[in-house]
Amino acid sequence: MWQALFEELQDQGFMVVTVAMDSRGVDAVRGPIQRAKTTYTSLVDRDHVVAELYNMVNVPQAVWIDESGKIVRPTEVSGFQVSFNLRKVQRTRRRYLDAIRDWVEKGHESEHVFSEAEARDHLSPFTAEIALAHANFHLGRYLWERGDRSEAARFLCNAVELHPDSWNFFRQMKNLEHILGSGGPAFLLRARRRSKQGQAYYELPDMAMLRES
Amino acid sequence: MESNTPESTVQVLSTAAQLVVPRHADAGALWLSAAKLHELTGWQLKPEGLCKDDACVPLPKGEEPIIEAGRVCASRLWERLERPMLHDAARSVWFLGEDAKERARQLASLEAPDFTLPDIEGKLHSLSDFRGQKVLLATWASW
Repeated sequence: MWQALFEELQDQGFMVVTVAMDSRGVDAVRGPIQRAKTTYTSLVDRDHVVAELYNMVNVPQAVWIDESGKIVRPTEVSGFQVSFNLRKVQRTRRRYLDAIRDWVEKGHESEHVFSEAEARDHLSPFTAEIALAHANFHLGRYLWERGDRSEAARFLCNAVELHPDSWNFFRQMKNLEHILGSGGPAFLLRARRRSKQGQAYYELPDMAMLRES
Repeated sequence: MESNTPESTVQVLSTAAQLVVPRHADAGALWLSAAKLHELTGWQLKPEGLCKDDACVPLPKGEEPIIEAGRVCASRLWERLERPMLHDAARSVWFLGEDAKERARQLASLEAPDFTLPDIEGKLHSLSDFRGQKVLLATWASW
């Protein structure tokens, strides 16, 4: 889904690095990556290491990193939203892509680049529970690959309980239980329950142009 | 002499690495060489304590030793530092996790944490390979 944007901007010092959060590994993503004919960098992350390093909880999320390796927009939903209004969904998406174009063209002069203080304000807290959740997820994933499925499930469940904000952990666990399990009734029930508690499935990026209707 | 049968070894995992090490006589403790601790966790033993980049934490005191004959009791050290650690005794697997405060400090520095992952051909790439370019780091999943 990033291929067209990458082709448009690749001569301007821009790289797309996608990371597939897929504990089933390369076999789960080879098809989609080959069909998309990607020429940017597509990586596979069985242990959700990038989610740990960047405190991510869902897909798709993105981080903007400048030429010096500095984060100028920390983890946020990459212009996706869930709505029955398809035009609204497309407009949000288009505006998010325009924001990337603006950044690539203007660099730090772009209105979408955060100051250091703003960037820090947009970080979610990384708690001891989140750190322990990632440890449990990692060990569970390893045991799952070894074929020790019931022991794996114990650790994967711990991860989900310790880090309830992580849709990645929940959906990946369901997907490891059954390849079609990540979007099943348990997912819908959980999404509805969390939405009633005021936890949106996708929170829009904090960008002025996304607030304008 | 140590033989490398599964019964005499344990697996040690971390975010960065996965190693097989000899099992200690006390199966409830994980002893590592300083080099293996560094490979797994990025933390290095120095006279001033446990260090990563410029930051050091003093070795916590306790009744039982943390270092003996050039080896580190990683399980004792991680427990005293209250860092994430898991031990599945029946499966002989350990996991040594990174401190939450260290992760938070790293993120607040706004230096993008580096990582190395394979593409679908198995070729490894690091985020730092793209220094000098603007990078959109974007996640997705097949599920």
